[in-house]
Amino acid sequence: MALGSVRKDRIDALAETANTPEEDSGVSLAASAWRRLRRNPVFLIGAGIIVVFIVVAILSPWLAPHDPADRSLVDQVIKARNQIPAPQEGHPLGGDDQGRDLFSRLLVGSQQTLLVGVLATLLGLAGGLVLGTLAGALAGWVDSLVMRAVDVMLAVPGILLAVSIAALFAKPNLYTLIVAVAMVQVPVFARLLRGSMLAQRASDHVLAARALGVRPRAIVFRHMLPNALGPVIVQSTLVLAIAIIDAAALSFLGLGNPDDKRPEWGTMLASAQGVIDSHPHLAFLPAACIIVVALGFTLVGESMRDALDPKNRR
Amino acid sequence: MLRYTVRRLLQLVAVMAVLSLLLFAWLRALPGGPVSALLGDRATEEARRNLRAQLGLDQPIIVQYLKFLGRALSGDFGTSTGVQTGDSAVEIFLQRFPATLELSVIALVIAVAVGIPLGYMAARKRDSLFDNMSVVSSLIGVAVPVFFLAYLLKFVFAEKLGWLPDSGRQAGDIDATRVTGFFILDGLLTREWDAALSAFTHLILPAVALATIPFAVVFRITRAAVLDVLNEDYVRTARSKGLTAPVIRGRHVLRNAMLPVVTTIGLQTGGLLAGAILTEKVFAYPGLGQALALSFEKRDFPVLQMLVLCAAMVYVLVNLAVDLSYAVIDPRVRTQ
Repeated sequence: MALGSVRKDRIDALAETANTPEEDSGVSLAASAWRRLRRNPVFLIGAGIIVVFIVVAILSPWLAPHDPADRSLVDQVIKARNQIPAPQEGHPLGGDDQGRDLFSRLLVGSQQTLLVGVLATLLGLAGGLVLGTLAGALAGWVDSLVMRAVDVMLAVPGILLAVSIAALFAKPNLYTLIVAVAMVQVPVFARLLRGSMLAQRASDHVLAARALGVRPRAIVFRHMLPNALGPVIVQSTLVLAIAIIDAAALSFLGLGNPDDKRPEWGTMLASAQGVIDSHPHLAFLPAACIIVVALGFTLVGESMRDALDPKNRR
Repeated sequence: MLRYTVRRLLQLVAVMAVLSLLLFAWLRALPGGPVSALLGDRATEEARRNLRAQLGLDQPIIVQYLKFLGRALSGDFGTSTGVQTGDSAVEIFLQRFPATLELSVIALVIAVAVGIPLGYMAARKRDSLFDNMSVVSSLIGVAVPVFFLAYLLKFVFAEKLGWLPDSGRQAGDIDATRVTGFFILDGLLTREWDAALSAFTHLILPAVALATIPFAVVFRITRAAVLDVLNEDYVRTARSKGLTAPVIRGRHVLRNAMLPVVTTIGLQTGGLLAGAILTEKVFAYPGLGQALALSFEKRDFPVLQMLVLCAAMVYVLVNLAVDLSYAVIDPRVRTQ
């Protein structure tokens, strides 16, 4: 057993679900998983949250009643008395400590959160996909090299790695935030994909393809990779939730996106720290948004993982 | 067993060597770097050059690394340039380590003491209201950002209700005698009860905040493991031969279900230091996490380097301890 085997065991357990032999039930694993998911309230709630979140994020420029960067209520902010604009007509949640409409900022903030979550996950997935496919397809010394590198990365706890990477850039911005959050997930995806690729290597349909003289490249990309992706998709959903929370944590540590014109929930939460005693809602509302969205992705990811677990087949 | 342990320890050395090299190269690549951090942006070119020479930053990077490694092996990680300027990195570590250890142990105790019984009960009453509620709350526990939960606790229990202190390790007006650096233990040893109590009340909120994620994970793994074991033939056998419920629970169910739980606890222990970065910052708790957050802010390389390496080492060592503890729990591993 290698170092850090604990965390790896969990990744590997998920990878193994990629090679579950079909039973005689006449239904593929994916189909039976979907049948169970459709009736699972946990999955439905999570999926509902995600759909609402995505629709709001896309439509937010039109839904928001005001420009999120416009300090239209600034004359109602009295710093000395620690006073901020109260809820009023046209501003259902009032303003923030800069006199900007809070409701609009929350709505438009969903865009940045979606952007960070999705881009960070895709970037982590892309990195993991390249490394994992290389290791799983080529085996031998490439495999050893890649996996040792992955081991070293897994030896540093996640958020610590993200903070280290984010601190590498002199001026934090949206893209450094995305890179930092994504890098943490690369080794996880790489190990996961390698595991399910190895499971595919040993399977009969790959052997058959090889016997038929299919070119190695086609075997990897047409026969192994598509079949190995199931666990990776499940993991992506969970990673989206982690990415959103990690991004908020980095913003909290001052390593987030400082661009004031583009509100982001994590940054809003971080900048509300100073006024949390007098105006807790400035922190609680963005926090609630983060929690609900992260919960949505977690619920979907967990229920998909359960559904794909062959032990739960009925 | 011995050979296995030795091999794992050798691997640990290899990983630490690679990690230290990466970290070293990486920190040197930081824009701004230590010179700008110390002198600010307006320093003259000459002042910069002098400081670089003084810090040995003008030598080739491999020479710098070997020098660093040599000093590190003899226990010298350099002097802090920002967190506690002038103190040696090792001193800062030794000073703050008991604080974080105390916090982590309490957090872990909370997570385990609540997570395992709840997980067991949820599994026994599967699909009941209690089960569903516990599962949902554990999922929420994972989705709540740790630092926000810390703020929430601080806001409610320290600021609104005023039940517990909001920051620090001990009330400032207590003149406690220091023996071990563990404030609760010190208070108990020297019979300064007020000091021990004050240290304990300062620990509650940060420990609860830090415990949420480990709790949620321990709960879910326990529940899943107990569910698996309850379906095993040997549990049915035990039941049909008329063993009492406590015996079935202790010897047949929990003991077999503990293997994945121990794994999880180990994994979470390793991650506690990472969680402590956020929690300690919120509660201004003078531990390693706070030092780490500060060292990033102030680009204090010696402290940063030492703390990241220590975090990784603890993480890997805990994993090793977990693997070795399998042998204690599961006799099958021992005979292999």
